[in-house]
Amino acid sequence: MNNKMTAITGNEAVSYAIKQINPDVMAAYPITPQTDIVEKYSEYVADGLVNTEFITVESEHSAMSACVGAAAAGGRVMTATSANGLALMFEILYIAASNRLPIVMPVVNRALSAPVNIHCDHSDSMAARDSGWIQIYSENVQEAYDNTIQAVRIAEHMEVRLPIMVMFDGFITSHGIECVKLLDDDKVAKFVGKYPPRYPLLDIDHPVTYGPLDLYDYYFEHKRQQVEAMRKAKKVVLEIGKEFEQAFGREYKLFEEYRLSDAERAIVVLSSTAGTTKQVVDELRAKGEKVGLLKLRLFRPFPYQEIAQVLSHLKAIAILDRSDSFGAFGGPLFTEIRSALLEAGKIPHNVNYIYGLGGRDINQNDIASIYADLEKIVKTSRVEEQVKYFGLRE
Amino acid sequence: MANLKELSKKEGFLSGGHRLCAGCGASIVVRQVLSALDDPVVVANATGCLEVSTTIYPYTSWRSPFIHNAFENAAATISGAEAMFRSLKKQGKIDKEIKFIAFGGDGGTYDIGIQSLSGALERGHNFVYVCYDNEGYMNTGIQRSSATPRGAWTTTTPAGKVISGKTQYHKNLTEIVAAHNIPYVAQANPWRWNDLVEKARKAFYTNGPAFINVLSPCPRGWRFDSKDTIEIARLAVQTNFWPLYEVENGVWKLNYKPKERKPIREWMEAQGRYKHLFSPENEYLIKEIQEDIDKNWEKLLAKCEGK
Amino acid sequence: MSGTKKLGWKEIPEGGLITKAGNSVTYETGSWRSVRPVKDEEKCTNCLICWVYCPDCSILVSDGKIKGIDYSHCKGCGICETECPVKAIKMIDEKEFTD
Repeated sequence: MNNKMTAITGNEAVSYAIKQINPDVMAAYPITPQTDIVEKYSEYVADGLVNTEFITVESEHSAMSACVGAAAAGGRVMTATSANGLALMFEILYIAASNRLPIVMPVVNRALSAPVNIHCDHSDSMAARDSGWIQIYSENVQEAYDNTIQAVRIAEHMEVRLPIMVMFDGFITSHGIECVKLLDDDKVAKFVGKYPPRYPLLDIDHPVTYGPLDLYDYYFEHKRQQVEAMRKAKKVVLEIGKEFEQAFGREYKLFEEYRLSDAERAIVVLSSTAGTTKQVVDELRAKGEKVGLLKLRLFRPFPYQEIAQVLSHLKAIAILDRSDSFGAFGGPLFTEIRSALLEAGKIPHNVNYIYGLGGRDINQNDIASIYADLEKIVKTSRVEEQVKYFGLRE
Repeated sequence: MANLKELSKKEGFLSGGHRLCAGCGASIVVRQVLSALDDPVVVANATGCLEVSTTIYPYTSWRSPFIHNAFENAAATISGAEAMFRSLKKQGKIDKEIKFIAFGGDGGTYDIGIQSLSGALERGHNFVYVCYDNEGYMNTGIQRSSATPRGAWTTTTPAGKVISGKTQYHKNLTEIVAAHNIPYVAQANPWRWNDLVEKARKAFYTNGPAFINVLSPCPRGWRFDSKDTIEIARLAVQTNFWPLYEVENGVWKLNYKPKERKPIREWMEAQGRYKHLFSPENEYLIKEIQEDIDKNWEKLLAKCEGK
Repeated sequence: MSGTKKLGWKEIPEGGLITKAGNSVTYETGSWRSVRPVKDEEKCTNCLICWVYCPDCSILVSDGKIKGIDYSHCKGCGICETECPVKAIKMIDEKEFTD
């Protein structure tokens, strides 16, 4: 098979994936901790190793705007950002999705200001969860690399045609060096294939108008079309994951169940914390504790039915959120999971741990203490505090 | 030199049935600018009167490919489209010649869009940007922009008991653009259609960024009868309020000098948005505005004569 | 123009795209008018000044000559009357016409 084993950071791996994908246009603006992606990519461009027209725009708002113009023109378009850069793109994210443009964007998760914080949390991508973009979270460098490649096919699928964000943790994954299997250039090129255009502006023989004014008689219908595309995206994520597995041997689904099926207590979490949790699960299992992990990969569209199915047998679950939604009852993952659990016949005890904001670290002992909390809940059949702020100094 | 008979033979990229006001300067500007083309064009448009009135779903007045993205990013949007064209051309996937133009009102160009414009100009994309300057945020109901002239009434600079209309002079965007040292910058007017069409031709066929600022009189916002749009445009030039000039590779050239400069009063008398200036306590404003116009004219002359 | 049944979300192009270029010609803004331009054939010199100043593409030109006025789109702004160098166009009240 393929697979060169390399020690590489998340940013470098993702930049390398973009190089192998070789998009027609990239419009990007630097922001910590995404910067290495654009810096490394600039080197590829300067050395003539890619076909990409790299637009060094003057802000993230212009980055996404230029991406919209380029994607509508008719070609493969990518960018990358973090935190306030993503926030600055906010209105254009909706426009990209509503115009059905399959832009691919790695997002290096970083906290939103204020105060300014350059470290990891999920407040940036969570804030964009209503924008109509497909959202996939990566646990580690390998996943960030693999997800970026799969993202191209998911977004460009004719039944989907939606932009997609691929998340991975700022500094933890973006700057952490991990051992990763990189694919050969020709294999990636074959997997992503040629860009399938749809109503390109550059097709001057068939002029189209993008972005008209909808009055109240059409807007709703256009939004309903987006809903349908999002629904289809779930199936496409699975199809592309299957194809990737067949080609390269690594499995990708809607989520990863880690020792979950016979577990009594489980943690549900996104991204790098899942890696830490897997280690704790193994240690506790060795002591005979029936614990497990659900690592969610696809956040939008939210696979609520499948999640309900795999969680309903548990006695207690801790849902870990690395972001908060001020004024809501718990963090975003908690709200979505609880809503999904209503679909199940039986709802396990569930608690929300809001953790890691602004890069506050979480380690194995912390995870083990969460499983211990869950044990208390199972024993007493009572949840004392539904939403907890973990790792905070009072 | 543009020849109307020749120009009229082209089909025209804008069709009738758009819902701009009767007598709107913007559509006259767009028709004249696009008539200079001999190639296909991709049009980007900032949110505003032109964009909204020409693309009310399910109707479009555009016979060319067209994209509206948002209010402040027409220049960034067209940058992306132009970059895609260059990329595909370099890869041998496209062999046609296609031009790129962004239209924006003064709102989307002088104010909210100035960053995006500046960035696109600085990066040197091969595109044309035409600002149809109707001196206010007209689409949202006549609010002031930085292009609104001093003394003019708008809904956010009304003529009240304490303040009489807009207090600031309008921003000189054409000179700001010229300071970007792009190959072609011009100021034009739909009255002198020949001059505008020629400038558009130069802009389209210059390699690199080109910018034309075109005065676009607005019957609704400036308060004059729809039949007088071109007359108002003429007055703007003859009072030196809107000089016609171009900056080609850094060389400033004046395109029109009125034989005798008309007083700015005449320009103001023709528009209802200035009527409050004709009360005795506001006379001084007219005087100051006249002095400002004359001062700016002298400065422009000096630049054009290479002093 | 009016009276056409509006299509549902499954029937319209995805993403708000309008795929029929220039289809606004089917929207008749001529109904906005209260006065209409009438050309004096004898005075007209085919200078095409009215054509270059018409905001609504409503001066119809063929082979360098004015063929007529597109009354389905003309909004009656009156610019053509004002600008015609030989005063060949007059704006007449719509009440004078039966069409």
